[in-house]
Amino acid sequence: MTLSIALGLLLALAIVVLALMAVRGKRSLGISILSAGLVGLLASVMFLLLAAPDVAMTEAAIGSGLTTFLFFFVLGRVRRGEHD
Amino acid sequence: MIKRLTLLLLLAGIGSLFAGLVLTYVPDETLNLTASYYAERTAEDLGAANIVTAIIVTYRGLDTLGEVTVLFLTAAIVGLVLARGKETAGKPQRQLPPPGELLTTGTRLLLPLILLFGAYVFSHGHLTPGGGFQGGAILASAMLLLLLSNPARRFSHRLITLVESTAGISFVFIGILGILLAGGFLDNRILPTGTFGELFSAGAIPLIYTLVGLKVGAEFSSMLVSLSETEEL
Repeated sequence: MTLSIALGLLLALAIVVLALMAVRGKRSLGISILSAGLVGLLASVMFLLLAAPDVAMTEAAIGSGLTTFLFFFVLGRVRRGEHD
Repeated sequence: MIKRLTLLLLLAGIGSLFAGLVLTYVPDETLNLTASYYAERTAEDLGAANIVTAIIVTYRGLDTLGEVTVLFLTAAIVGLVLARGKETAGKPQRQLPPPGELLTTGTRLLLPLILLFGAYVFSHGHLTPGGGFQGGAILASAMLLLLLSNPARRFSHRLITLVESTAGISFVFIGILGILLAGGFLDNRILPTGTFGELFSAGAIPLIYTLVGLKVGAEFSSMLVSLSETEEL
């Protein structure tokens, strides 16, 4: 019980740090997108801890999978447009 | 200065709100009335091992139909907005850098596995966690992998539209069959509920979730394909 609470708190802390990195990150857009995807991935682990595997699967597939890919897709498109 | 102060006050307000929620939180010892009804009656009435799926597809089936409709509208609007760039499709394409060996070979290896896993997730929705929406998203991620490995690849819009609309119409049709043959709209007992825990059990739930999975997969794929076709702009 205490172990799962500690794990949950650790996950929450990691999510907050990653979310800050995604929003305030100044290094590159790629790192921001990756941290946003990691927020989704850790959130799905959190849902798993809270005994909601169905929500966890949706979050992992859409929140961290498709959205991250989509962001990179658009980022690549925008970059290619800049070089023209 | 005033802006920052307001921001701090706002943050403190939200923080105290959440602190109040957390400090006064007492977990329930027992399930409430609705939850205990679902927990006790699902296996007996509907024959579904996964209670969440039974609620989503049967008890709250109308909500699922609404969600699928919202997703359909989103896909339609994305297609409408992005379809404008297609008039220049005849132009010679810009030379794209070839995808790496890793991506090409990985796609060839992983694509069948991802498709199989997606089909597994939505056809076993009544037994294991997961279901139509999750399975559909997994199918769409296979499409995404194909698009990544070869951005110039073209998919048949006609096929995607056909899969999407057939699945949607069949979903509504099964729902109406529920009114005629069983207890109400989207009742799953139009088919025998079968043995608890087997693949062909729980009445129409596997059928409905397969349709939802195909529909969601087709909708996500059509969005991705429309997005990738703006390349010719």
